Amino acid sequence: MIRNLDMRSSLLSLVILIAGLFIWQVTTYVPDTGPIGVELSQAEEDALLANNMLPEDIEFYASQGVEFAQLEQIASLNLSRDMIEAAGGIRALGISVPDQDSAPAPGSLFPSPTLVGKELWATVTDPFYVNGTNDMGYGIQMGYSLLRVVIGYALAALVAIPLGFLIGMSPMVYKALDPFIQVLKPISPLAWMPIALFTIGDSELSSLFVIFICSLWPMLTNTAFGVANVRADWVNVARTHELSALRTAVTVILPAAAPTIITGMRISIGIAWLVIVAAEMLVGGTGIGYVVWNEWNGLRLDRMIVAILLIGVVGMLLDAAFARLQRAVEYAE
Amino acid sequence: MAKPFLSIERLTQQFPDGAGGTLTVFENSTFGVEKGEFVCILGHSGCGKSTIMNILAGLAEPTSGVVKMDGKHVSGPSLDRGVVFQNYSLLPWLSALKNVTFGVKARYPGWSKDKVEAHAKEYLAMVGLDGEVINRKPSQLSGGMRQRVSIARAFANQPKLLLLDEPFGALDALTRGTIQDELIKVWSQTEQTVFMITHDIDEAILLADRILLMTNGPFARVAESVEITIPRPRNRTEIVEHPNYYAIRNHLVQFLGQRSKELAGQQSHGDDQSPESVVIDKTATPPEAQSEPATLRAVSNE
Ligand SMILES: Nc1ncnc2c1ncn2[C@@H]1O[C@H](COP(=O)(O)OP(=O)(O)O)[C@@H](O)[C@H]1O
Ligand SMILES: [Mg+2]
Repeated sequence: MIRNLDMRSSLLSLVILIAGLFIWQVTTYVPDTGPIGVELSQAEEDALLANNMLPEDIEFYASQGVEFAQLEQIASLNLSRDMIEAAGGIRALGISVPDQDSAPAPGSLFPSPTLVGKELWATVTDPFYVNGTNDMGYGIQMGYSLLRVVIGYALAALVAIPLGFLIGMSPMVYKALDPFIQVLKPISPLAWMPIALFTIGDSELSSLFVIFICSLWPMLTNTAFGVANVRADWVNVARTHELSALRTAVTVILPAAAPTIITGMRISIGIAWLVIVAAEMLVGGTGIGYVVWNEWNGLRLDRMIVAILLIGVVGMLLDAAFARLQRAVEYAE
Repeated sequence: MAKPFLSIERLTQQFPDGAGGTLTVFENSTFGVEKGEFVCILGHSGCGKSTIMNILAGLAEPTSGVVKMDGKHVSGPSLDRGVVFQNYSLLPWLSALKNVTFGVKARYPGWSKDKVEAHAKEYLAMVGLDGEVINRKPSQLSGGMRQRVSIARAFANQPKLLLLDEPFGALDALTRGTIQDELIKVWSQTEQTVFMITHDIDEAILLADRILLMTNGPFARVAESVEITIPRPRNRTEIVEHPNYYAIRNHLVQFLGQRSKELAGQQSHGDDQSPESVVIDKTATPPEAQSEPATLRAVSNE
C-alpha cells in the first residue's frame, strides 16, 4: 500500500514535470525563420574577394550570421577556413560573432527549456572554472554563498543556543529580554542591510551580519521554548540524582529540548539561504545571488534560470540535512 | 523515646486556593518510619499524599515543619532518597539500560563504565528484565516494563529511603501482581526503607509492615497507623487464609469508606497530629486483644 502510494506520487510528480516543461517549451517556441545569414552587398563581397577571401568561405561565414566588419577581420587573417576551424573557430581567434546556441531567439526573450537544459549541463559538467572576477563557475559562486551562510549561521548558533538556554531556564531573564526579542524579530533581514553597511562599512562583513541577525531569532526562540518546556518530571529525575546545573543542562535538558532546538535551526538555515541571495544581489561582487543579478543585467536569462534552479537545489539539500539531524535527535514519549 | 530513622515533625502545607485564601492540605502532621520498614500510605485522591512524598523527596518545601532522616534535616533532593514516580519518569531518549546507568553514574561517579553497566544489569535482572529488551527505548516497552526499569533505577542507587508514588496505579491487575512480587523480592534482598503511596488496599496489606491511613482534605491528617500482623514471606494466595487478613482489610475498608470522611476537616489548633497505633491480631493469646480494635474504631469516632 505504502509502496503503491510512493509509486503513484512519483508518477504524478513526473507527469507534472513533463507537463510543465511541455508548456514552457510551447510558450517559448519560435518558428524557424529561415537561416539567420547576413546579406552582403555586391560592394562588400567584392571588397572581401579583393582581400583574397574565397567565395565559398564568404558564403559560409555570412550564413552563420557573421557581419561584414568581422568578415573583413577574417579575411585579414589570410587563413583558409580549414585552418581557422582547426584553430578552434573564428571565436577562438578573437573575433566576436553572435552565439547561435544560447542567444535568445528573436521574438521571445525567455529561454526555452532545451536552452536552459544545455546551459545547466554545461554548468554541472564544469562548475569550477575561473575566467576572471566576473566569469567564474557557479560551483565557485555557490561556494562563496555557502561560506557566508555557514559563518553567519554558526556565529548566530553560538549566541542563540546558550542565550536560549538561559532564557528558557530563567523566567526572570525571559521576561527581561522578551520585549527586545519581540521587536527585533519581525524586522526584515534586508532592513538591517543599510544599518550594517553604515556601521560596519565593509560589505562582506555586512552580509555576514545580516545572515547572523536573521538566523538568530528562530534558534533563540525555539531553544528558549524547548528548554522552558522540558517536562518537570525529567528535571526532577535530575534533581533527585543530585546532578549539577551543568550536567542537568547537558544530560537532561539538551536531549529533551533537542528536537525543538533543531527545528529552530532548520528554520534558521532556510531563512539564511533566502537572505544570502538577496544580500548578494544588493552587495554584489561574488556569490550566487550576485550571479543572478549579473546574468539578468547581461540579459542571459538562460544562465540566470540555471543559477536560480541551483539555488533551489542547494536550499533543498540544506533543509534535508537538518531534517536528517532532526530525525536523529527525535524521541517518542 | 528514640527518634525514628525518618521523622516527620509538625509538617504543614498550605497552598493559595485560587480565590485569594489559603488551602491547608495538612497541618502539624507528625509521624515516623523505622529503618528497614516498608510503610504504605493510603488515602483518597487529593488528600495530600503526593504532597507529603514530594516534601520527603526534597522536591518541595513545606510551609512549616521539618523532616529529619538519620537525625539530619532534609532539605532539597538527595541521592539518599530515591524516587519512583507514578508516570515512571524515564528519559525517553535513553534505552532501559541507559536509564539505569544514568542513575548509577550519578551515585557512583568513580566507577568504571563496565562496573556501572554490570551493576545496572544486575538490578534490571532482579525485576525480570534481561536480554535484548534492556536496549529498547521506553516508548518500545509496555507500561509494566517501564515501571520495572524505574524501580530498578531507584533500587540500583541503593538509597537509604525509597519513595514510591502510586507506582502501579496505571498498570493492569496481572502486571501489577508480578511487579509487586518483584518489588518485595528486591526489598527483602536490600533491606531498604520504603515509603509507598497507594490507593489499593490489597496491595498495601501484601507489601507493608505498617499502613498509614489519611483522612480526606483539606486539613487532612495521618489518623491511624495500622500494623500488618501477617508474617513474611507473604504470598498473595496464602495471606487471604490468614486469620488477621480480613480483620485488617475490613478495618481499612471501613476507614476509607466512612471514617476518612467523618474525620475530615478537623483543625489541629496547634497540637501535633500523630497517628493512633492500631494493632489487629486475632492470633494473639489474650482474648480481649481480638475485640479491641473493633471497639477502638468506635471510640475514636467523636
Ligand atoms: N502546587 C500546588 N498548588 C496548589 N494546590 C496544590 C498544589 N499541589 C497540590 N495541591 C493541592 O493539594 C491537595 C493535595 O494534592 P496531592 O498531594 O496531589 O493529593 P494526592 O496525592 O493525595 O492525591 C489537592 O487538593 C491539590 O489540589
Ligand atoms: Mg498523588
